[in-house]
Amino acid sequence: MSAVTPSEQPVAAARAPAQHLTERARGERRLAALLVGPAAIVMIAVTAYPIIDAVILSLQRSDLRFPGATKFIGLANYGHVLSAPAWWQDVLHTVIITVITVAIQFVLGMLLALAMHRTVFARGALRAIALVPYGIVAVVAAYSWQYAFALNSGWIPKLLGLTGDPLSHQFGTYVAIIITEVWKNTPFMALLLLAGLALVPDELHEAAKVDGATTWQRFTRITVPLMKPAILVALLFRTLDAFRIFDTIYIFNQGAQGTESISMLNYSTLLNRLNLGLGSAVSVLLFLLVALIAFVFIKGFGAGAAPGGAK
Amino acid sequence: MTNVTSIEGVSRRETDRVRRAAIALIAGMLAALLAGCGASSKGPPTLSWYVFPEPSGSFATAAKNCSAASGGKYRININLLSTASDQQRVSLVRRLAAKDSSIDILAMDVDWTAEFATAKWIRPWSGPLKAQVTNGLLAGPIATATWQGQLFAAPINSNTQLLWYRKDLVPNPPRTWDQMITDAIALAKQGKPHYIEEQGSQYEGLVVWFNSLVDSAGGQIVTGNNQVVLGPSAKTAASIMQRLATSVAADPSLNTDQEDQARTGFEAGKAAFEINYPFVWPAAAKAGIQGKMGYALFPTVTPGSAPRVSIGGYNLAVSSYSKHPQLAFQAIACLTQATNQVRDAIKGGLAPVTASIYDQPSIAKQYPFHALLKTQIEHYGIRPKTAAYADVSLAIQKALSPTSSIRPGTVVSTLRGEIKKALSSGALI
Repeated sequence: MSAVTPSEQPVAAARAPAQHLTERARGERRLAALLVGPAAIVMIAVTAYPIIDAVILSLQRSDLRFPGATKFIGLANYGHVLSAPAWWQDVLHTVIITVITVAIQFVLGMLLALAMHRTVFARGALRAIALVPYGIVAVVAAYSWQYAFALNSGWIPKLLGLTGDPLSHQFGTYVAIIITEVWKNTPFMALLLLAGLALVPDELHEAAKVDGATTWQRFTRITVPLMKPAILVALLFRTLDAFRIFDTIYIFNQGAQGTESISMLNYSTLLNRLNLGLGSAVSVLLFLLVALIAFVFIKGFGAGAAPGGAK
Repeated sequence: MTNVTSIEGVSRRETDRVRRAAIALIAGMLAALLAGCGASSKGPPTLSWYVFPEPSGSFATAAKNCSAASGGKYRININLLSTASDQQRVSLVRRLAAKDSSIDILAMDVDWTAEFATAKWIRPWSGPLKAQVTNGLLAGPIATATWQGQLFAAPINSNTQLLWYRKDLVPNPPRTWDQMITDAIALAKQGKPHYIEEQGSQYEGLVVWFNSLVDSAGGQIVTGNNQVVLGPSAKTAASIMQRLATSVAADPSLNTDQEDQARTGFEAGKAAFEINYPFVWPAAAKAGIQGKMGYALFPTVTPGSAPRVSIGGYNLAVSSYSKHPQLAFQAIACLTQATNQVRDAIKGGLAPVTASIYDQPSIAKQYPFHALLKTQIEHYGIRPKTAAYADVSLAIQKALSPTSSIRPGTVVSTLRGEIKKALSSGALI
């Protein structure tokens, strides 16, 4: 009695019934483990096994065309990748495309979300129409835009009165790829931002209007700060996706004209050259870069934090 | 008290009923599954032939006829691959590396032989069947199907590029590349159609162009034992490509043109010359310009010498993991015989590999340029034969694309470095 302080008493009291419940709680936990177990095991097998396999392969010299020459070579593959100009060029291409497409998508997505939020007529129809580009199959969209930009078959060179082929030059190809990506993915961004917009209470806007704030001031001082969690989530998702861009570039020109991305390099090394060791090293590096982006967003910008500004 | 057991609120009779129904359902599904698995096909063994989709159906006819002619020994079933050669290779190598036994016969592009043979994915030929499939063949196709002294595949068709030109604009076709570019520039000055349609996109066709020029200049890219031997011929070849790409003779979309875009560019009437495969001839008839179209030998590099054009085409090989290799060898011997080659040529536009076929009247009627084809396939050029060919091709493509940015002074050393890296297959390209 003397040893039990007032603060320990509630704990002791809680522990006594906890001892009592432990039998049943243990039984329930076992049942939970048995029920969730198969699904968890399958998920771990399907996701963890290939990742671990890729890491192991990246430490070997492994080429499907020379099956007898497989041997452990440590980090040599990573040395090859990180010292290759092709790798750094592709990182540069990927970063450029990611930054530009996400920035444009953010601005246009915000405008689209505001329009979808404020429209007074044909709400459902407007939202459905806005989502159409996102619903179109990526390959079909890429082909359509490629034909649109091609010199002989496309309407864009005719519209702009171009004599040269935009797709035969690096700058023109970048513009075409960026436009295709923005067209395809802005609706997704707009959807995520619309969800965030719905959380901004109208009373704040009305109060600000009464106080004489302009539309821009209301947008920057009320809407954006309150939308911050949704904005960060939208940017995080889009950046992760844009960094791994593959379909559009593959359909346009398989990475020619200096547009090859990291994913394309990965595909080319693994499936074209059948160099499993080198390709797995590229895969692991891509995985680490994507994880880095996610880390920067979550820890640095606070994406996924609770609404209310908790960092 | 009612009979309440394990599940609250449900009587034992009902749980029994549910349990029985569940067992019956699962048993029924298992039975259906096992029946599907266990069903063995009766009749002759099926040989799976993995081949690109041949549009005219001539290959399908060949498969049907050979199955019938086998007298019940085998049945050939066609499995379609992609139309693009790169995609066909990707589909095949995945399965072969996994030792898939469902492939019996595979149609290989001519530059895959070294790679597939080194990886031991295809079987070498020997004995009377080997003599049968190589009897009377032109030199080029045999060279593409041979690796380190052994025959690894039976050629089924070949292909080579010719010079096509506008007869109304060009009275005498040029004999060399430099002459052709000069002629085109002269036509441009007169305001007439003047493009030279070539394939300058970053893909295998670019390697064909470069390799044809190097071989025509008397040089080589890689020797038999993986030595890079680029010399002055490579510099000449690269200079010609750069000269064409930076002159007014270049189509504005040269950097993205492949065979089909070159064809449509010529048919649109903006070009005076075209370097392309013979498929453009029947297509020109459809487009209504065959009357204005002339044909000539591929332009050479050194005046007075004969060109060496990198030949294309397909060879049929037997997979090492096939369950019926002997039957597959016999089936291929039937699929590649002369009657099938003639029909492939007439209906499908696929150049034959047997020399005597070129002189048959039906072929001569369909292909007025048959003598040119035969000459170029006999006096052939060939792309580097190495197990790492995919890497070498990628290295050359990247080094030479876009063709307008080629620096003739440094391109040879760049190429040498890149190809060496590719041959070691340890570097990122």
